Amino acid sequence: MALLAYGLASNEPDRGVEQALVAGGREPAPDVELPRLAGGGAASLADYRGKVVVLNFWASWCGPCKVESPLLQRWHERLAKQGGLVLGVDVQDISDDARAFVDEFNLTYPMLRDGPGDLRDDFGIVGLPESFVIDRRGRIAAVVRGVVDDEFMRERVAPLLRERV
Amino acid sequence: MKAGLAAALLLTALALPGAALAADCPQTTLGDIEDEVMCSICGTPLGLASEAPQAQRERAYIERLIADCRSKDEIKRALVAQFGESVLALPGDAGDDDGIEDTLVYVIPALGIVLAGAGIAFAATRWRRRPKAGTAGPAGDSSRVDLDMERYDL
Repeated sequence: MALLAYGLASNEPDRGVEQALVAGGREPAPDVELPRLAGGGAASLADYRGKVVVLNFWASWCGPCKVESPLLQRWHERLAKQGGLVLGVDVQDISDDARAFVDEFNLTYPMLRDGPGDLRDDFGIVGLPESFVIDRRGRIAAVVRGVVDDEFMRERVAPLLRERV
Repeated sequence: MKAGLAAALLLTALALPGAALAADCPQTTLGDIEDEVMCSICGTPLGLASEAPQAQRERAYIERLIADCRSKDEIKRALVAQFGESVLALPGDAGDDDGIEDTLVYVIPALGIVLAGAGIAFAATRWRRRPKAGTAGPAGDSSRVDLDMERYDL
């Protein structure tokens, strides 16, 4: 029984971010550094401090990720003019498949790669896609566990662009 | 006639390197590998994850590497490069020498089997030496013979 209880407790996803948001607070986003999908070094969330970041976790084998990618690209183009961006993280994927996905959907926003899926625990990710909106001060301001839509981007992301550090 | 022969010779010459290459290819199969690697997002060995989309992509990737003449070890190394060492299903496959747990995974069951065997052997020896119920031991036998001799007064 003890082992069963331990197993259930240790597999429980971390919902600290949602709890903080419900309480009206914003937790600092985990400081992560990952290799770029296209190669050529690594990037970390700290590199984008001062910008509004839509951190989108996806994979080429994930059906719903295909649905939201064109919308994310459109919003990336809008956000980029106002100090924001979409930052993709390809999770547990074959890198060639991921690069083919990027080409297929003409995605121009920066892409990082988390082959082993190490960030799943850091962000409490249970499925794909999931997106975390990070404000200019590096705090998580909103979360979507699933596909993002225009309404979410208008109501939860766009207002953050007006905030100053 | 000569032109036909030349064409046949040319075709043979072109086919030979390909045949030699195929013969040099390591005889790796998908079945060989999928029991020894994980579908990392499913949390099960790849061989058990039949429907998961990630598993299907991983299989396709392995098949591409097999078609590329890669050996089993090379394919495993390529999978580690993609997914990290957690993709390996067998302990010790990662090739790191500092993983004591990889050694213990093999040592503990072996030790258990040896101890269980020793226990069974000990119990069997004790059981065989135990006197059977209703029979006397060697000392009892000789005293009974003495009694019988006295009774018959031989």
